Amino acid sequence: MSEKNKDSQWPLWEVFVQSEQGGPHIHAGSVHAPDPEMALQNARDVYSRRNEAISLWVVPSVSITATMPSDQGPFFDPASDKIYRHPQFYHVPKGLK
Amino acid sequence: MIIVFLKVINNKDRFFINNKIEKQIIGILLDVDWFKLLYYIYLEIIVGDKMEDEKKLSEFQRRINSGEVIEPKDWMPERYRKQLIRMMGQHAHSEYVGMLPEANWITRAPSLRRKLILLAKVQDEAGHGLYLYSATETLGVDRKDLLEQLLEGKAKYSSIFNYPTLSWADMGVIGWLVDGAAIVNQTVLAKSSYGPYSRAMVRICKEENFHKKQGYEIVATLAKGTPEQKKMVQDSVNRFWWPALMMFGPHDKESPNSAELMRWKVKLKSNDELRQRFVDLTVPQARAVGLTLPDPELKYNKERRSWDFGEINWDEFYNVIKGNGPMNKERIKARKEAHENGAWVREAAEAYAAKHKINRKI
Ligand SMILES: [Fe+2]
Ligand SMILES: [Fe+2]
Repeated sequence: MSEKNKDSQWPLWEVFVQSEQGGPHIHAGSVHAPDPEMALQNARDVYSRRNEAISLWVVPSVSITATMPSDQGPFFDPASDKIYRHPQFYHVPKGLK
Repeated sequence: MIIVFLKVINNKDRFFINNKIEKQIIGILLDVDWFKLLYYIYLEIIVGDKMEDEKKLSEFQRRINSGEVIEPKDWMPERYRKQLIRMMGQHAHSEYVGMLPEANWITRAPSLRRKLILLAKVQDEAGHGLYLYSATETLGVDRKDLLEQLLEGKAKYSSIFNYPTLSWADMGVIGWLVDGAAIVNQTVLAKSSYGPYSRAMVRICKEENFHKKQGYEIVATLAKGTPEQKKMVQDSVNRFWWPALMMFGPHDKESPNSAELMRWKVKLKSNDELRQRFVDLTVPQARAVGLTLPDPELKYNKERRSWDFGEINWDEFYNVIKGNGPMNKERIKARKEAHENGAWVREAAEAYAAKHKINRKI
């Protein structure tokens, strides 16, 4: 076995699965693969052996930027005091549908 | 000044003053100014940090207690992370090594139907291994390191896979008992506190039901077959019953990690509880197909509404875990060979990827 290939690591890809027409792509897990094509094939074999997917996305894990748990307060705060963004905020004559 | 000081010390002394004499010495030394200063710095830096950790730890425990799910980027105690890596890694290895005893029979399956089913099941187990390696990687370890530990014989996996598969009936009994025991274990783990682990478990549980059912079908078919077939399946049950019970691990009082894992809701039921649940589920299934379980002490306990059963041979259990089971060496050898024989495929895939990377110009 050559030294270079001692491991089977390869880059990590995040897998997103769309399970039905019109639905969103939802994160399912990850796979290792040397290139995008093989990432898709591996994703199919690992996350859709029973027709769980009608469409798959693979994204290099390093390309994903995410919020940190510590952002939970300050980052999302601006939305929490704007109740006028919800229809429940408004008063309309009773009995009207 | 001194009084304020002592207040601080009293608040924090549980961290470092272990006995009365030390306390007295520190009391005397506190009259010396330079010591006071150093001591203050020490308290702020070292003890202050510790208190910060304590705070985080109690917040973490509060989250766990209120049923919150822990995600990879959340703060977690180092010990939680380590325990999860150990447990999930072992679980991943078990799925991976678990392919071997059954793969052994693919070419000798008695019909095309059985062969297709067995292939699909073994492929599922590979998938389970991959879900779990992927979930373990979210804790900051690399799959290659986990695999290396396995191939070097440093990592543990379920002891059940160190028993040989001697007859076709074993394919039925493994599906029924081994996957059956795994389901009992994993249904509970699906509610575990670590998000990636519990999500992998939900996925796995869905697939395990097929594994168990196809196994039980083989068992039922053989049990109502010729006398030879019935004898073959009974012999297989006799060999696998006790090792299946061992899958739940040592008694609660002998299980060093259990209390901690339960406090963190990684585990939600103890080894003994799960083992009992498995016995209660399985005894009626054995009776339904006219097979006996090799335990003379097996008896229904009306008060407990559960089956009493005999003591596991723990010497055998620990012996297999230590690597002296009938198939330990064989299994690792097979995994190593598979890994080495796959080297050219990995090389080719890498060469192909490199070539296309140039063409795509990324
Ligand atoms: Fe499995
Ligand atoms: Fe299984």
